[in-house]
Amino acid sequence: MKNQFVNPGFLVNHIRPLTPWCGGIAILLVMIGLWFSFYNSPIDYQQGNAVRIMYVHVPAAWISLGIFSSITLLSISGFVFKNKNLFLISKSLAPSGFVFNIIALVTGAIWGKPTWGTWWAWDARITSMLILALFYAMYLISWRIYRSEEKVFKITTFITILGIVNIPIIKYSVDWWNTLHQPASINILSKSSIHSSMLFPLLIMTAAFALFSLLIFLMKYNTEMIKIKNKGLDRL
Amino acid sequence: MINELLFMNGYGIYVFSAFIFTLLSFASLYLVTKTQFVKEQNKFVAKFGSLNTDKAKSAKTQRINKEILANASNN
Repeated sequence: MKNQFVNPGFLVNHIRPLTPWCGGIAILLVMIGLWFSFYNSPIDYQQGNAVRIMYVHVPAAWISLGIFSSITLLSISGFVFKNKNLFLISKSLAPSGFVFNIIALVTGAIWGKPTWGTWWAWDARITSMLILALFYAMYLISWRIYRSEEKVFKITTFITILGIVNIPIIKYSVDWWNTLHQPASINILSKSSIHSSMLFPLLIMTAAFALFSLLIFLMKYNTEMIKIKNKGLDRL
Repeated sequence: MINELLFMNGYGIYVFSAFIFTLLSFASLYLVTKTQFVKEQNKFVAKFGSLNTDKAKSAKTQRINKEILANASNN
């Protein structure tokens, strides 16, 4: 009973029906988020309209960090408890995490040009996000290169353990070093410096991005399950 | 009004390119994932079709197999 949430049958039977709902709600939230981002949120007194890039840049960065942390936790748990399904869940989460990481880097570069006057700077926050993208790439490539399950489980877990060290560096880089990147405006534990008129669209876009990544995860997980079933038919 | 929205005091090109890049990335990721899913599903249906009656009967006892076939016929 306690393992039912990591049981492939449970995930396929109970979570798969959520796929169309995820897609539909994600599209609806993106529409609402775009409406707020373009029409219903104020311009920044320093950055002007360039601040609107925040509504795609920040949620993408948050979700890529969240997904990598989840992948690490799942991989370590899979390794410790010898649960293959946890590795499949990690593998299915990785593509959306990688794409969100790339979105954060590219939209950050686009935001940097009008704000800092440059597309790229070897700044602590930006460089550590680039390193995260490299860890994502290594993780995804490992799944393609290695055929032996035992080997790929070990290597991907090792990559995530190395990569997770980078997560607090990304988070605190703006506090530890003097960076071009601005410090965090949103704090869970203390008072946020962002105004609610900007926070609301940001949260809507974050919810939309999270649902989209859930949709991709469900599709990818189903694909992985069918791959396993295909192998099973070969053995019959 | 429209000009103001598109131009955004000179920031329009940056803002729109960031949003367009994001939406294109979403569309590409969705299409790639969907294509992989359909490819594996079709492979499963083809393999299932080539099984003899006994093997097909045995494979059909698994609920996941039945669901994959049902989903494939719905698509």
